[in-house]
Amino acid sequence: MYTTELDKSAKPAQTTARPEDMERLAAFEARVAADEFIEPKDWMPEGYRKTLIRQMSQHAHSEIVGMLPEGNWITRAPSLRRKLILLAKVQDEAGHGLYLYSATETLGVSRNELVEALLSGKAKYSTIFNYPTLTWADIGAIGWLVDGAAIMNQIPLQRCSYGPYARAMVRICKEESFHQRQGYEIMCALMKGTEAQKRMAQDALNRWWWPSLMMFGPPDDNSPNSAQSMAWRIKRNSNDELRQKFVDITVPQAEAIGLTVPDPDLRWNEDKQGYDFGPIDWEEFYAVVRGEGPVAKERIAARRKAWDEGAWVREAASAHAAKVEARRQADAA
Amino acid sequence: MTAIGKDDLFEYALRLGDTSLVLGHRLSEWCGHAPEMELDVAMSNLGLDLIGQSRLFLTYAGEIEGQIAGGRGRDEDALAYLRDVLDYRNFLLVEQPNGDWAATIARQFYFSTFQQLYFEKLAASADEQLAAIARKALPEIAYHVRFASEWVVRLGDGTEESKRRMQEGLNQLWRFTGEMFESDDVEDRLTAANIAPDAAALRPLWQERIERVLSEATLDVPAPHRPVVGGRKGHHTEHLGYLLAEMQFLQRAYPGATW
Repeated sequence: MYTTELDKSAKPAQTTARPEDMERLAAFEARVAADEFIEPKDWMPEGYRKTLIRQMSQHAHSEIVGMLPEGNWITRAPSLRRKLILLAKVQDEAGHGLYLYSATETLGVSRNELVEALLSGKAKYSTIFNYPTLTWADIGAIGWLVDGAAIMNQIPLQRCSYGPYARAMVRICKEESFHQRQGYEIMCALMKGTEAQKRMAQDALNRWWWPSLMMFGPPDDNSPNSAQSMAWRIKRNSNDELRQKFVDITVPQAEAIGLTVPDPDLRWNEDKQGYDFGPIDWEEFYAVVRGEGPVAKERIAARRKAWDEGAWVREAASAHAAKVEARRQADAA
Repeated sequence: MTAIGKDDLFEYALRLGDTSLVLGHRLSEWCGHAPEMELDVAMSNLGLDLIGQSRLFLTYAGEIEGQIAGGRGRDEDALAYLRDVLDYRNFLLVEQPNGDWAATIARQFYFSTFQQLYFEKLAASADEQLAAIARKALPEIAYHVRFASEWVVRLGDGTEESKRRMQEGLNQLWRFTGEMFESDDVEDRLTAANIAPDAAALRPLWQERIERVLSEATLDVPAPHRPVVGGRKGHHTEHLGYLLAEMQFLQRAYPGATW
């Protein structure tokens, strides 16, 4: 899955006045401008490091929290084939989370610190996972729309200036595209099905459409970190550009299977060769960012419960590893 | 090989398919809730393997059923989603709730150790289809055995609390292990025809493997207990009804729909 830059309090990069740092900064900016990858051992401005830690860990958290809305339907999937695909998908997400935490660790933080920040509510994750999955069709809608939006955002990140993040995106995008197709296939099957199934599919689109558009983050004129992130080439396209691209690709997919996009203002604009669409409810978006989404409390509670109830397991694993190591050293002595 | 009734073969394929399915379903319940992300991945992995096995066994069961009925048998989904408790044939062990991590590991340890021994024999079955499924599953099962055994040792030889919990999990589930080695008329006929392994004969080796791991884990072998049985006859514990209610809900609520 995916996250967008949600922290509005992030400060722009501070550059210190020391001449050697000014030189390093100039060299760094030249490398970034030349589309070179920055690697973990390279010098980088503190602001760049902090922005990446925040963005990459939010991305990792989103993968992990994102397991819950879909995991909610694994035990109720309607056929063995669907059950296997969904289980494999959620497994992929755990893998993406692990991969992204590792990539973030190259910036000098530990996974445990990051997880603590998530569980304490200090770190954010994608707003989309604070919406509930009510019917099986939601699993189709998530694959199709949510993974679709994720891909739209992650493809440019494959060329992000930080090497470990860019490489993580290459691997993750391949799996996400597969998930997206599977999600759309679920919607197709429902729309070919009974009246009850069609109703289920349309209702899922109605509920997930706007939250999916919100995944691209605040509008460009209210996106405080965008300019700096673009200059550092952490970000390649603006939020509104990507959102537009998503709408243009997704609307025909909905129409092709007989679904109606829940937006009375939606219409094709011949001049711009794209769709015009209605206003997004930004008040809802910021409420969800603040942690007031419909199931935000349940999501964090579930993660905290897994973490707390698993503490004795993690302690046992550490204690055992220490014993094995002590015995090994005793044998060697 | 003596001529074997298709009814016996159908019944037997169901038993194998149901056991893998129910355990795979239980493991999938962990998804997103495991003590570590690595363990989330591992649980999904084991669940995927087991549900994959069940699809092969159930599909095969449906084919045999078609030969009996002279028409088409049920497909894997009809068998998985439209049978009630009395027609389910899984071992009681695999329908037990996940409990804590130790209980899940104990269940997996007992079952996978058995399944490995059993499928090594089943891989040489006179029934080519069953043999092929077993051969495909064996590398997966080797991983399951390793994963579960290592966790038994890690928890047994970890902290005081993990040792207590691991021992508790092993003790609680011990009474369901006897069923894996029991036979009935159906399996006796299949064993005589070299189709089904003789489960009872595997018991000493199973016991030896269990004891070896428990010894390394500094844990005790649970006290003998009269086996609790009934899975083969559809006489289950109270847990299976809830599991099926959840698993089958969509198929039951929207009969005839294609998903």
